[in-house]
Amino acid sequence: MKIHEYQAKQILREFNVPVPEGYVAFTPEEAVEAAKKLPTSIAVVKAQIHAGGRGKGGGVKLAKSLDEVRQLAEQMIGMKLVTHQTGPEGKIVKKVLIEQGVDIDRELYLGVVLDRAKSELVMMASTEGGVEIEKVAAETPEKILKEWIDPALGLQAYQARKLAFGLGLSGKQVNNAVKFMMALYNAFMAKDASLAEINPLVVTKQGDVLALDAKINFDDSALYRHPELLELRDLDEEEPLEVEASKYHLNYIKLDGNVGCMVNGAGLAMATMDIIKLAGGEPANFLDVGGSANVETVRNGFKIILKDPNVKAILINIFGGIVRCDRVAQGVIEAVQSIDVNVPLVIRLAGTNAEEAAEMLEKSDLEFTVATSLADAAQKAVEVLKN
Amino acid sequence: MSILLTEKTRILVQGITGSEGSFHARQMMEYNTKAPVVAGVTPGKGGQMFDDKVPVFNTVEQAVKETGANASVIFVPPPFAADAILEAADAGLELVVCITEGIPALDMVKVYNAIKDRDMHLIGPNCPGVISPGIGKMGIMPAFIHKPGTVGVISRSGTLTYEAVHQLTERGIGQSTGIGIGGDPVIGTRFIDALKLFKDDPNTEAVVMIGEIGGTAEEEAAAWIKENFDKPVVSFIAGQTAPPGRRMGHAGAIISGGHGTAAEKMKTLAEAGIHVCKSPADIGATVAQVLGK
Repeated sequence: MKIHEYQAKQILREFNVPVPEGYVAFTPEEAVEAAKKLPTSIAVVKAQIHAGGRGKGGGVKLAKSLDEVRQLAEQMIGMKLVTHQTGPEGKIVKKVLIEQGVDIDRELYLGVVLDRAKSELVMMASTEGGVEIEKVAAETPEKILKEWIDPALGLQAYQARKLAFGLGLSGKQVNNAVKFMMALYNAFMAKDASLAEINPLVVTKQGDVLALDAKINFDDSALYRHPELLELRDLDEEEPLEVEASKYHLNYIKLDGNVGCMVNGAGLAMATMDIIKLAGGEPANFLDVGGSANVETVRNGFKIILKDPNVKAILINIFGGIVRCDRVAQGVIEAVQSIDVNVPLVIRLAGTNAEEAAEMLEKSDLEFTVATSLADAAQKAVEVLKN
Repeated sequence: MSILLTEKTRILVQGITGSEGSFHARQMMEYNTKAPVVAGVTPGKGGQMFDDKVPVFNTVEQAVKETGANASVIFVPPPFAADAILEAADAGLELVVCITEGIPALDMVKVYNAIKDRDMHLIGPNCPGVISPGIGKMGIMPAFIHKPGTVGVISRSGTLTYEAVHQLTERGIGQSTGIGIGGDPVIGTRFIDALKLFKDDPNTEAVVMIGEIGGTAEEEAAAWIKENFDKPVVSFIAGQTAPPGRRMGHAGAIISGGHGTAAEKMKTLAEAGIHVCKSPADIGATVAQVLGK
């Protein structure tokens, strides 16, 4: 799960990670009121969307007066912000963070992430703050310092010191950075984060170390033990069809193509998308209906897929293991009878009771194209598009 | 012959009285002719008999002591699964298969590091399990699509693995052992660990390796195969059309920071001499070709 910068900073505050003072504002008036509370006359107005690269897209600006705060907030709230992470369609800005100005001496990078190859958390630091860390990793990997964290011990102070000295910090900056890192690690663990990125981490002219930006993602599998985090979810930032699918407990991701697909299992769902592409079509979505492909899930699956106006055909690919194909066929027949499926349907059922299922589909008076194999299914799905 | 799950395996089921656990325990009791289900564990339900056949114990330790179980398959809900794995490890089991999907990643980081130096194999979590056709299964895969034979199967997926196995069996090609290693970012047995076992199995002639986007496990396997493995490997990587930054169902299936793409993995695998299928429909045919069948 992703959250906004202002929410991430609120969590960091709770764990004593130093962040600039700031307040979220939904209107220009609120923005001005927020700016009045700041300890500095300079304020930074930051668009709050779930995407990076906001600065380059014009979503982060400096205001030298309350009038400028109002002007910038007026400009930003409601504007469509396009960054390299939003895609060309951009995202509408609905709120801004009004933050104190900071006297920046150095811009650094600090991140905590799971290193899958080692199955351990790694804290990464770099002198190359304010730029994309992926770029640094690709071009100058030696500029990224890493400390792997033993899960039984947690982050140790000496590891934080190594990173701090490695960043070229000195004097009281070192202690401040160590405190920052330890606190960030505590926040990460306490909230079951999957990623915490402070980019840039700034050192001020006074020697303070603070998070100028903050990005925190959470592990979806751990949300059950953090009900407070669920309140931070911003549905405006998500694809509406995906939000609706999640209500039905369907795993759906919208794509740009025109062949809708309904599959059981994530791996097979991806493979089905792949083979549609190989057959000359474009998948319209990823949809894993999971282990229990019954009437209800199939019907909800159809509803979601059909709400995408680009969908011109639907391919159903179910490999029956525990789920029996005859039940899936029954589900498809009932679903199609109860909702208007106005695009051609190609069905491929394999595995448990596949023959009975084929017979049921055959006997029904509904229009299906039945496919016998994965390749055949993709071929037929692309063919029906041409008719 | 097979790996991991053999004629010496005696299975206990953690979570045997739950709805998932009881359903699949029955399936295993029916299919497993040579690797019997000997015990179940559900805390608080010790002393009961499951289906009048399998004794239920309160702890894994007790179950092992009373029945000689040496392997466990876990069907407990995500909040308790990490604890169940550690309990199985502590009881000295050699093989632990965790089916549970949705275990918090930080729980698995702790578990992985606690067991990594032990003499045990953890399969999963978030996986279909292990099957040695003709001997038995520990997991949720449909046994009937399998057939005893000489092709090893290793996969991060569930139903896609069934698809691949189905293609093999349709061509009369049987399997030595099929292992679903799981779709999570932190798993016990990885491709390389499974390949090492297949390397030493005289009955395995070739291996099918099914990967997907996310992480670098396939690349690491490719490097290892190039140096150490001389049996033919056929591979498919799911997610060639997956967009970056989106989790495709499995917690571990995500292209992040431009890495973990299918194209990158396919290239690395091909360079290591692995037969890479572009289409998931070609897995069976490619294995047949490689084996000269």
